[in-house]
Amino acid sequence: MSATTHEARGLWAWVTTTDHKKIGILYGGSAIVFFIVGGVEALIIRLQLAVPEGAVVSADAYNQLFTMHATTMVFLVLMPAAAAFTNYFLPLLIGARDVAFPRLNALSYWIFFFGGLFLTMSFFLGGAPDGGWTGYAPLAQQVTETVRMDYWSLGLQILGVASVMASINFITTVFVMRAPGMTLMQMPVFAWMAFVVAFLLLFSLPIVAVGLFQVYLDRNLGTLFFDAFGGGDPILWQHLFWLFGHPEVYVLILPAMGIVSEVLPTFSRKPLFGRAFVIFSGIAIGFMGFGVWAHHMFTAGLGPVAEATFAITTMFIAVPTGVKIFNWLGTIWGGSIRFATPMLFSLGFIAMFVIGGLSGVTHSIVPADTQQHDTYYVVAHFHYVLFGGAVLGLFAGLYYWWPKITGRLLDERIGKWNFWMMFVGFNMTFGPMHFLGLNGMPRRTYTYPRGLGFEFWNLIATVGAFLIALSVAIFLWNAIRTRTKGEIAGADPWDGRTLEWATSSPTPVYNFAEIPHIETEDAWWHAKYTEDDEGHAVARPIQPDPDLAPTTDIHLPSPSYYPALAAFGMFLIILGLVYLPLGLVLSGAGVGVTLWGLFGWSLEPLTKESPDAGHPSPEETTEESDGSEESGDEGAEDGEGDEGDAQTDGEAGNEAGDDGDEQTDEDAEDAEDDKGDEGDKQTDEGAESAGDEDEDEDDGGES
Amino acid sequence: MSTDAAVAEHHDGHPDPVRTRKVAMWVFLGSECLFFGTLISTFLLFRTRTGDGPTAVEIFDIPFTSASSFILLMSSLTMVLAHHSAERSDWRRSRIWLVATALLGTVFLAGQVFEFTEFVHNGLTITTSPFGTAFFVLTSFHGLHVAIGVIMLLGTAGISYAGRIRPNEGMNVEAVGLYWHFVDIVWIVIFTVVYLMQV
Repeated sequence: MSATTHEARGLWAWVTTTDHKKIGILYGGSAIVFFIVGGVEALIIRLQLAVPEGAVVSADAYNQLFTMHATTMVFLVLMPAAAAFTNYFLPLLIGARDVAFPRLNALSYWIFFFGGLFLTMSFFLGGAPDGGWTGYAPLAQQVTETVRMDYWSLGLQILGVASVMASINFITTVFVMRAPGMTLMQMPVFAWMAFVVAFLLLFSLPIVAVGLFQVYLDRNLGTLFFDAFGGGDPILWQHLFWLFGHPEVYVLILPAMGIVSEVLPTFSRKPLFGRAFVIFSGIAIGFMGFGVWAHHMFTAGLGPVAEATFAITTMFIAVPTGVKIFNWLGTIWGGSIRFATPMLFSLGFIAMFVIGGLSGVTHSIVPADTQQHDTYYVVAHFHYVLFGGAVLGLFAGLYYWWPKITGRLLDERIGKWNFWMMFVGFNMTFGPMHFLGLNGMPRRTYTYPRGLGFEFWNLIATVGAFLIALSVAIFLWNAIRTRTKGEIAGADPWDGRTLEWATSSPTPVYNFAEIPHIETEDAWWHAKYTEDDEGHAVARPIQPDPDLAPTTDIHLPSPSYYPALAAFGMFLIILGLVYLPLGLVLSGAGVGVTLWGLFGWSLEPLTKESPDAGHPSPEETTEESDGSEESGDEGAEDGEGDEGDAQTDGEAGNEAGDDGDEQTDEDAEDAEDDKGDEGDKQTDEGAESAGDEDEDEDDGGES
Repeated sequence: MSTDAAVAEHHDGHPDPVRTRKVAMWVFLGSECLFFGTLISTFLLFRTRTGDGPTAVEIFDIPFTSASSFILLMSSLTMVLAHHSAERSDWRRSRIWLVATALLGTVFLAGQVFEFTEFVHNGLTITTSPFGTAFFVLTSFHGLHVAIGVIMLLGTAGISYAGRIRPNEGMNVEAVGLYWHFVDIVWIVIFTVVYLMQV
């Protein structure tokens, strides 16, 4: 017997998929596309700055480019890339068949997709956001002649909604879906870091969500949140932004730390040194990450008490980070190391992250920070953390897990070219920025005059940027070439330690033929090896077989187009909100489409089978979804109608419902479907007054 | 029905949906705490910045808001009764209590609309002063949450009437209930901090 699937084919299969692996690939593919977009933006910036008084782009275009470069790289590259690995590997690492809410997972992806599209298409609709990725007041709030920062506030808002949903999903997955026997502490470190990241997002995004709403309201309804002239407070925005922004830094780096913590033990053939310390350090970073935000604001005039406090907390947060560095070194120490490409990227990560971390601690010294604030020194620092740290870590993960995802290994020789080119190019680009910053070159500057001593290092940085671009091109070539010519990986090409290698490659749709029972960390390693008297690993005589076929019928979540539909509705809502007041018509239509998606979804069975009534035939399931679609259609049409009417309609319907005593409480049967659909219409209409805050609803809704 | 929780757990590697949804709702409410925490913090920052507009003492009508707060709190009681009935699979009674809860919520919303109208007549709008801005945005977001809750209550009742809730899925009522109680608790905080402590 094989797994039960109702897979569509081609593009439609990707639109409707609820498989965590396919969604992971979608996240990853999108991240690579946006990586190229953000990279091209960076290259234009570097061309503009290559020589003094550059004239490649206008100042206006430059503002858009640096704003969108940062926004793209943070929200559309690093976060989805981490989400890609989390989606694909979190269930595999904890021995589960999927995430807790497969369709909510699809909704998260599609909202992210439309959010990215929304931000990027602003380039062609009167200009992209140009107020810096931090959107500081009053610049971002009071320049209302263009809608650019409306695109920014609404785009980030919707991306945040996607991330909160994904976080709820991942946290629930970890709590309820771990394989039997697996304790929290036995979870692989990458799963742990993804878990911590989910909490960071969960608690930091609502803060910036409020801030972004306030930005939007200030810009469009004349509220006074950040309007100093009207009694508001521009510094409030900085607090709200960095209360999110600093945890966000750890959101970006912890997944990379998790990946490195998986790669180093595998390629050193040793367990992770001080495993519990690494996990607890990650948790500590998560907690402390909420207590350091004001070190971004040392020049805002917070007063000596606040500055001293945040200086100290900033120094403290370096401790758990340092603990991790030493644990990684301890892992490599005395191991039998294989310098495969994932290992090279991981070692590069450690080295570069140490530099970035150290330059970060220098920012805790308030007088020094005041000097460095808004100079290229800061630019150098966060690129060492986010490129030298996060990007190298993610590339390590890419080379490490590529064979599991595709079934073929990436070419090692090309991979090493990729690594060294990227490593050298990265240091050429961002190393000199330390000197530029300390010499006083301000960040976000459109051009610089001749004779200030900035010429040489800027030229070097530009050359380095093109080296990075070349290395990314090499990676893409490697990926394309090995699709057909790559070496077949087999289930376990790296002699791995964790459960994802206990499945064949590429991972079958059902993940595990049988859900494993876990008794120890590094469960797959212990299934393969035992210890001799001196503690050396000895292969067990009978090796476990990853290529098992399932012996029972495995029911997997069915594909559904409702998540993509609901996400598209949200896209229409925010697009309409940019162009007030006429856009409200579009927003209204968006509300209708969103509700259509959500109600169709909540009435659609997850696995297209009822637990006690056996398996319905495909015809039945098709009919059922058609029915919901029809009812939703009406709801969408009514979406532009009068809200008050809809409300009373909904209530009337439910009062009628209460009178209907003849209704038995048995399971929904096909015979009742018509009636059920009528009920759906009523709720659809009643839901009309939901306004635009649908995300709250479906978070609490169905899986 | 043999699908009790023990059997449903790890059924095909899919865990018990009852437990899963409950965990997810709790996690979501954790996020909501920060959302309202931020709005309330913003209000506290601006509570005295009334500019030329009316101050809290001048504008608030505490007896009226106390009454509507009482109505909202009572809706938590009817919500508990709805859940209690659902747990015993008494769906008819559960639906009655769900609709009663929704009605109480609607009355609260009507009170809020009335209150907002009064405030605007008395010269406090969203653009009058930072105090007005923060007050209206905070209470509107709470009202929006109540409205979404009303829709979820009516939706649950409607789905139950259509026979779409299976006997072992009383959890759907509980999940809505968790959300509803949360919205009530937030109102207790808002009523205390925004109304009572400012007059």
